[in-house]
Amino acid sequence: MTLNRREFIKWTAASAGVAALGGCAAPETGAAGRVVVIGGGFGGATAARYLRLWAPEIHVTLVEPNTEFISCPMSNLVLGGNANIADLTTSYDGLRKRGVRLVRDTAVAVDPDKRQVRLAGGDTLGYDRLIVSPGIDFDYGKLPGLKSAEGQARIPHAWKAGAQTLALRKQLEAMRDGGVYILHIPVAPYRCPPGPYERVCQVADYFKRAKPKSKIIVLDANQDIQSKKGLFLQSWDGPYKGMIDYRPNSGLEDVDVKGMTVRLVFDKVRGDVINVVPPHGAGTIARQAGVANVDNRWCTVDWLTTESTVVKGVHVLGDSTQVAPAMPKSGSMANQHGKIAANAVISLLKGQPVDPNPVIMNACYSMVDGQKSIHVTSIHKYDPAKKTMMPVKGAGGVSDKEATELEGIFAWGWARNIWADALS
Amino acid sequence: MTRRSLIVGCCAAGALVAAAATPALAQEAAQARGLVAACFTCHGTDGHSVGGIPASLAGQSRDDLLQAMKEFRDGKRPATIMHQQAKGYTDRELEAIAAYFANVKPRPAAKTGSAIPAGASY
Repeated sequence: MTLNRREFIKWTAASAGVAALGGCAAPETGAAGRVVVIGGGFGGATAARYLRLWAPEIHVTLVEPNTEFISCPMSNLVLGGNANIADLTTSYDGLRKRGVRLVRDTAVAVDPDKRQVRLAGGDTLGYDRLIVSPGIDFDYGKLPGLKSAEGQARIPHAWKAGAQTLALRKQLEAMRDGGVYILHIPVAPYRCPPGPYERVCQVADYFKRAKPKSKIIVLDANQDIQSKKGLFLQSWDGPYKGMIDYRPNSGLEDVDVKGMTVRLVFDKVRGDVINVVPPHGAGTIARQAGVANVDNRWCTVDWLTTESTVVKGVHVLGDSTQVAPAMPKSGSMANQHGKIAANAVISLLKGQPVDPNPVIMNACYSMVDGQKSIHVTSIHKYDPAKKTMMPVKGAGGVSDKEATELEGIFAWGWARNIWADALS
Repeated sequence: MTRRSLIVGCCAAGALVAAAATPALAQEAAQARGLVAACFTCHGTDGHSVGGIPASLAGQSRDDLLQAMKEFRDGKRPATIMHQQAKGYTDRELEAIAAYFANVKPRPAAKTGSAIPAGASY
């Protein structure tokens, strides 16, 4: 839509008026509004930051139990010995300096009628709008062998970066040369579609360097490689040839932790290091708040606002959402969700119409060794007829030919910029 | 410069921060900032890229930015990823994006990084 001359004049007059009003003591909006954000990951941190950037009059409280942000993207490099956890860690001080009130606690209950969030520490936070961005929690319900704390300690997921990443790295380092590393991938949708296949590359890179007789068995519950297949296979059939045994349709029945054996429907596989990414769904607080309306697992939202379709005043972001077509559960996407939410929450608090045509972008890099990377990207626009975000046909794609060092440089550039875009 | 891009440009300069004068104008402002914010994920908030990789877009010439994005889109300029992303945008959207970044004041610290080989395009 192009503004006509009359509208243009109206606009310039309006902004002149705003400028003239700049010296007045009180803004006309009165109470600016209180927003509580649950979860300081890619989605929640971005939403909190952009609320302050775009509407500094709004009071923003971010509830996050961790003292620092540790990025899942790039954390597979720690497993490969190609990065340290410190490289992936960002302080929450940037958000504090922007006026976000950081509360180090865990949200345990939401009362959407009273518009209150109760914290594990006992405090209660009132809100005008709530943003729920808790990431994922794992479901060990169908894996009896992994229900105990001991079982989970022996069989790490490393699908949340930090202590788990370091635990898996330690196991890989302690493994004998000639050992077997098993990675189990759950049925899609799961967090970070290319992540498991990148992990295989990183572990292979480490084995090739340090333990060349070792093998990797990939037990994928899915029918095939879920992302960047051709590009990953270039590495698996190239520099890592003979190291990787990929087995599709390998749904997990259970794990015998003592015997270090993975049980499939028709098979048992023994490993020296077993890494199970269990099935997962929206973070617990999303289920508690009543917004996980899809199988009590994922949350459907109105993509114009990210507001839950079942609980008014509650927005949901990132991996917890029931994704729109071709939308991955990724850090890029959560960052973009955070901006849609911040933009819409500001409009809604002011009683103004929201952006009717959100356009968002996904970019995911996968490092195939210490230097080289491949990517997948897509652009998504709101489709008013379908009432959801749809990928733009003809746009997006994966790396044209092969993994390159140039894309490795851009992968780190992506990481440093998205961390700053969410947290600085 | 079209009126539309002028408006978006002014928005970038901050004049529309309080454009609550009419709902339609407020919605325009929300749409403009939402559109360009998608770029910030990789190119840094307001186009101030951390370490300059990928390129900082803040303060670049509107015409240069627009030409680059159209050439990426039309396959006339080599790229690793931008040729795939630029195809997702209409001419009008690209104009709005270019106008926004042209109106942001650049920071001296955020220059294009030297780690990228000469001639390489994002």
